[in-house]
Amino acid sequence: MIADIFNEIVSVGAYVIPVMIVLLVVSLGGLFSERSGVINIALEGIMVMGGFVGAMMLYFLLYTVELPIQLAVFFALITGALVGMGFSFFHAFASVSMQSNQIISATALNLFAGAVGVFVARTVYGYRRINVDESYRMDVPFLSDIPVLGELLFQDAFLSTFIGIIILITVIILLYKTRFGLRLRSCGENPHAADSVGVDVGRMRYAGVLISGLLAGLGGVFFVVAFQNRFESDVRGFGFLALALMISGQWRPMRIFFISILFALMRVVAARADSIMELRGLEIEPEILRILPYVMTLVVLALTSKRSKAPEAIGEPYDISKR
Amino acid sequence: MKRILKVIGRFFLRLQQKLSETAFGRAVGKVWDRITKWMAARPNSVSVSSSFIAVIAGLLFGFIVMLIVDPSNALSGFFTILLGPFQQGLRSVGDTIFYAVPIILTGLSVAFAFRTGLFNIGASGQLYIGAFIAVYIGVQWDFLGPLHWIVAMLGGIFGGALWGSIPGLLKAFRNVHEVVASIMLNYMAIYLVNGLVRLFIFNPTLNRAQGPEDSSHIPQLFLGELFPRSSINIGIFITIVVIILIHIVLNKTTFGYELKSVGFSPDAARYAGMKEKRNVALSFIIAGGLSGLAGAMMFLVPGTYIRIVDVPLEEGFTGIAIALLGLSSPIGVLIAGLFYGGINRGGYFAQSLYREEIVDVIIAVIIYFSALSLFTQKMIAKYLSRRAKRDVQVQSKGDVR
Repeated sequence: MIADIFNEIVSVGAYVIPVMIVLLVVSLGGLFSERSGVINIALEGIMVMGGFVGAMMLYFLLYTVELPIQLAVFFALITGALVGMGFSFFHAFASVSMQSNQIISATALNLFAGAVGVFVARTVYGYRRINVDESYRMDVPFLSDIPVLGELLFQDAFLSTFIGIIILITVIILLYKTRFGLRLRSCGENPHAADSVGVDVGRMRYAGVLISGLLAGLGGVFFVVAFQNRFESDVRGFGFLALALMISGQWRPMRIFFISILFALMRVVAARADSIMELRGLEIEPEILRILPYVMTLVVLALTSKRSKAPEAIGEPYDISKR
Repeated sequence: MKRILKVIGRFFLRLQQKLSETAFGRAVGKVWDRITKWMAARPNSVSVSSSFIAVIAGLLFGFIVMLIVDPSNALSGFFTILLGPFQQGLRSVGDTIFYAVPIILTGLSVAFAFRTGLFNIGASGQLYIGAFIAVYIGVQWDFLGPLHWIVAMLGGIFGGALWGSIPGLLKAFRNVHEVVASIMLNYMAIYLVNGLVRLFIFNPTLNRAQGPEDSSHIPQLFLGELFPRSSINIGIFITIVVIILIHIVLNKTTFGYELKSVGFSPDAARYAGMKEKRNVALSFIIAGGLSGLAGAMMFLVPGTYIRIVDVPLEEGFTGIAIALLGLSSPIGVLIAGLFYGGINRGGYFAQSLYREEIVDVIIAVIIYFSALSLFTQKMIAKYLSRRAKRDVQVQSKGDVR
């Protein structure tokens, strides 16, 4: 009986963790941007761009250069992250240097990424899909022998899982334990005060947006590798979802972590409803299960948003003459 | 960066001097004088011209991409896209209008919410719910006779308004960020409609919803003869009426004034005794209704069916682009929507040369440049005032003589 439950947890966990990591990494990216005071709805587009170029790179490395799988994934991840960062530069330029409406420039990036992804894929490969269907899971030596925990985390695991955990820890330290983090957060709360003590608000916001681009680009490649096994012109709205989870998590890394676990769990349960024993006996419309994670997030938001802890100066271009 | 701009500027100045000495140059100069004077007298024209600059920048970018992909066809492909609506004469003009209608309506929905300071990223979901209710009525309620299409269309508006009321109420009373709520609701709408279609109006052999009855199709009336073999219907007239209505509501009524005040500054509006919460909720409901109408327009036609999908419909997001391009004004949205419909048709006709997504690339670049509009507007205003000053100097010199 207990063994059954363990098996069930492991089998669900194998699907939950990759989804959760994608959402987590991208949410944390959004966190950097928003904490510095720049709304970043472009997460979706940056993910698409990172995932797209990452998939192209992966395709090239796997089938032309014929690198071993994990090494190819590693380089694809780096490519995706850099592309995401480069792409987010346009958002930073518009919203920081040009003091534009941040939602407009981000929407432009979203539109652009989707269009360019399909356009280039169809022009280069002839169809809108880049197929990189390989088995990216791997066993970590030694660690995978630990019962339950080892099975859950280290057997058939994705490279992305570990990178994701490392990123979470790094983000918490960077944001709360370093001078850079303090300055970045101050630019999102009260840029005038930050400026008055010598923090370069523009530079900090650039940093925030570029880091968010880096993480979202990375998340895009995670999505391709650990979730879809191909690139297909979009990332199934994961960028938007990550944004929503970040806000549900009240701009706090650990809360985002828990909410993304919860959301991913419900999503996976919904998607695998048929194969999960407990639900087999019941007659539930699959659509109801699919809606559930979204309803849950909305309810969480409705209950918690009254005391929203959004960064004070979010969305406002920094105008020094308003001090 | 600045130095490079200066060098380029100097080059153009010299070019201008050379050109202005020829007869042609002088004629152009005169026309240009007229234009700039006309613009300087009208502050609105600055923002409109910044939209124009954005459009030109986008088209230029698209042209460059086409040059890179396939230089030999770039010119013909480019003009195919630009002249999209006229490729098949009246038929493609009619089709352009037909395809533009839902996009104009979602654009209007986003623009209306924008005026209240709200970002309606949920047009897609509202459209989809509206579409379902419209099609449901279209399939099931054929006892309505000649009223059938009207009721179906109103059902669509109702569905969209219902879906739009959720983020509106959540925003007004629970302070939930409307962007997040709308994003969630977009996905919920997809799954909900998938389920409802399966339960009530499913066509299992084709794995899609049943098509609405003929009596519920938006009628073509005389437009069918005016634009032979085109899909155009009277949706365009309904859309224009709606645009005029929204224009009147926004600009001529107290309600519209309150909505705009809430958009400018919620605190000030509350201080002035306006019911801020009610206005936020109502604004979202109206925006939702407009998207729902778009859904009715999209699906109450022959040959388009609700399918079982799992990504939000693109029309909702295109609506954002159209609202931005149209500077959030109802008439601007109409023009922007027709423009988009036009080059979209063009992309369809240019498919043999370039993938049709090139059009989306162009639109995205246009939106990016309209995001920079604050900057371009400043530049244009600066240029105009410098010119005006120079004119004054020239005139005063003439007076002395």
